[in-house]
Amino acid sequence: MKLNLTKVVNGCRLGKIQNLGKTGDHTMDIPGCLLYTKTGSAPHLTQHTLHNIHGVPAMAQLTLSSLAEHHEVFAEYKKGVGNFIGMPESLLYCSLHDPVSPCPSGYVTNKSVSVWGGGGRVEMTVSKFMAIQQALQPDWFQSLSDGEASCEEAISIKRARKSVDRTLLFLDSCLRLQEESEVLQKSSIIGVIEGGDVMEERLRSARETAKRPVSGFLLDGFQGNPTTLETRLQLLSLVTAELPEDKPRLICGVSRPDEVLECIERGVDLFESFFPYLVTERGCALTFNFDYQPNPEETLLQQNGIQEEIKYEDQIKKIKTTGCNQKMTSFEINLKEKKYREDFSPLVKECSCYCCKNHTRAYIHHLLVTNELLAGVLLMIHNFEHYFGFFHSIREALKSDTLAQLKELIRRQASGELGNTNLTLH
Amino acid sequence: MAAGAAVPTSLESAPRIMRLVAECSRSRARAGELRLPHGPVATPVFMPVGTQATMKGITTEQLDALGCRICLGNTYHLGLRPGPELIQKANGLHGFMNWPHNLLTDSGGFQMVSLVALSEVTEEGVRFRSPYDGEETLLSPERSVEIQNSLGSDIIMQLDDVVSSTVTGPRVEEAMHRSVRWLDRCIAAHRQPDKQNLFAIIQGGLDADLRATCLEEMTKRDVPGFAIGGLSGGESKVQFWKMVALSTSKLPKDKPRYLMGVGYATDLVVCVALGCDMFDCVYPTRTARFGSALVPTGQLQLKKKQYEKDFGPIDPECSCPTCKRHSRAFLHTLLHSDNTAALHHLTVHNIAYQLQLMSAIRASIVEKRFPDFVCSFMNTMYGDQTLCPPWATEALASVGITLS
Repeated sequence: MKLNLTKVVNGCRLGKIQNLGKTGDHTMDIPGCLLYTKTGSAPHLTQHTLHNIHGVPAMAQLTLSSLAEHHEVFAEYKKGVGNFIGMPESLLYCSLHDPVSPCPSGYVTNKSVSVWGGGGRVEMTVSKFMAIQQALQPDWFQSLSDGEASCEEAISIKRARKSVDRTLLFLDSCLRLQEESEVLQKSSIIGVIEGGDVMEERLRSARETAKRPVSGFLLDGFQGNPTTLETRLQLLSLVTAELPEDKPRLICGVSRPDEVLECIERGVDLFESFFPYLVTERGCALTFNFDYQPNPEETLLQQNGIQEEIKYEDQIKKIKTTGCNQKMTSFEINLKEKKYREDFSPLVKECSCYCCKNHTRAYIHHLLVTNELLAGVLLMIHNFEHYFGFFHSIREALKSDTLAQLKELIRRQASGELGNTNLTLH
Repeated sequence: MAAGAAVPTSLESAPRIMRLVAECSRSRARAGELRLPHGPVATPVFMPVGTQATMKGITTEQLDALGCRICLGNTYHLGLRPGPELIQKANGLHGFMNWPHNLLTDSGGFQMVSLVALSEVTEEGVRFRSPYDGEETLLSPERSVEIQNSLGSDIIMQLDDVVSSTVTGPRVEEAMHRSVRWLDRCIAAHRQPDKQNLFAIIQGGLDADLRATCLEEMTKRDVPGFAIGGLSGGESKVQFWKMVALSTSKLPKDKPRYLMGVGYATDLVVCVALGCDMFDCVYPTRTARFGSALVPTGQLQLKKKQYEKDFGPIDPECSCPTCKRHSRAFLHTLLHSDNTAALHHLTVHNIAYQLQLMSAIRASIVEKRFPDFVCSFMNTMYGDQTLCPPWATEALASVGITLS
């Protein structure tokens, strides 16, 4: 594989990763995201409904936590996880954990790491881990790592050091075993940067990992609640500065639009796409605007509308903090709300996804109220497409040197300042 | 009610919506084509049930791609949520769920009795309490037709006085006569006979005389089609097939016969032989959501360990998207996860199975080899024709098909 940078603007890297995959003819755009899956399938979606979506990323993320317990099945199957899940054309990246389910801490030892699947805990030594990867045959997989430093609140220097030491040991063992495996010659190992919030350890992790023949880097331990990321952003810059330019940088656990932009500015290339899934699960639809170059009339309307919107800001905040929607963001609307009952417009007016072209807010509202399975299907289609469209707009903004405008637009929506352009004003 | 009651105004110009294409020379099986407002439908046909304006987890595009051209919606559920007024604003049920083909709605009567603990049936209608907001409502023949008019479905059903097939005694006769009276009230209340086809529902329980009386009365009314109701409950299969056969023997040939609530493969094959054209059942879609896949030899409970390493498709002969791309092992794995996609894969397959079965039945009737098809079907399903359940063997024999 080869990473070609087209340009670097204010720390943001725009480019392509080429010669990917077993046949070496796949390409990925950066900055970009990976298709989030659960047990090898996009949530709620069959191949048919997945193919309805425009802009599906070339690479999908599989989680070892959902697959490890089925090791024997893959070993007997022999043709790799891509064929098993019915996605032979897709590039596949295997992460250790599922970003949506937090991992309980206290289970990493010097010799093993544990993941939690449907059937309970699966403990893996390096050799078991590599045996599983041999059976899966993904295109990329993250090396076995000790990510517990980020599970805890206040992390001691000692613990941070241990996470780096262990992760490097695991990496070296994985690399050794890969050399001995014919099957895994076609797979690429992604080195994992650990170290908690301790700068020296983070730098050591980055420098040492960069010395190994890895194909890319996973920045682990920057996830958490929004305030945690803010304090860690500075650390992130320092870490990516230590990494070679010609290898991709992935980050786990960060998927919100505003956080994505912050990380891109600090040298991150690839993200997980679990945020649209979380939005779907709470019966919401992404409606945030990433069209930062609207026509002049629209801008005027928006400017005049802002006074009105600030008045409703408090009202909106009230709705969002009451009830069970505490984690809802200002990037979305909640289709369960009564006001959508007779709203026959699509989720997002200009959206050309299958859901917006065929269905109305009123219909989605009905499906949610009646607890119908189709609600999840349609919302997932829309939310994925909206999210992939956002990444496309980031790349376009970088091409035309207008990322600052996009960032401002996202920032104003994140703070609720600009309100949601799809909110109905009374 | 006295036999001398006033004869209701019947629709003398009730459309002939069924065109017969072929008939089996031995049994009563027919192949035909329904001409409905939202397009033609080949019969015999199986209609999947999409209770609340959705075919569970599959999109209307997927349903269309499977070849489905008619499916069901439930008046009881939709009448409560989201309600007929909203659906009317959404351009009817077709517009609300964005289904371009045909829809059949039932009257709400069956759910009334089966779902609602405290429902009371009087001559007026069925009085019940909404499980969602506790409000008391009366579902009368007029109200049922009114709701169905708002839904805009292509075929609507009369409100019938539904009585479980295990009930005996005077209640059955009362319900039968009332159903006739309610049919007349439905006909009178129907505002859109040119856009929606109102079907009658033959009742009479398991009593041959009552059923015959009902048939005689209802066939005097010129409705576009007839349903055979009150069966597919807890009755024995022997009583079941006899009532179906009695009904088809007395229903006009040039109108469709809709057997309600029947969906098991064997039942479909036998009842086509007995002369039925249309069927509906929640079974295939419901069983999919429990991890069960329908196959020519019965069903596969894919959650079971035996499928863990079974790398073939559900059915190598099936051309549905699930079978073309996925293995039993993958579906087994996915069914043990919390990803709902597993259910959708099976829903797609099970609907495909039902529709492919009906297509095969129809082709055999058109090609004049239906009896052979039946024998072959039973062979596959039961391992041997002689192992076919006795009731089915008898029913088939009664219409000239002998399983050797």
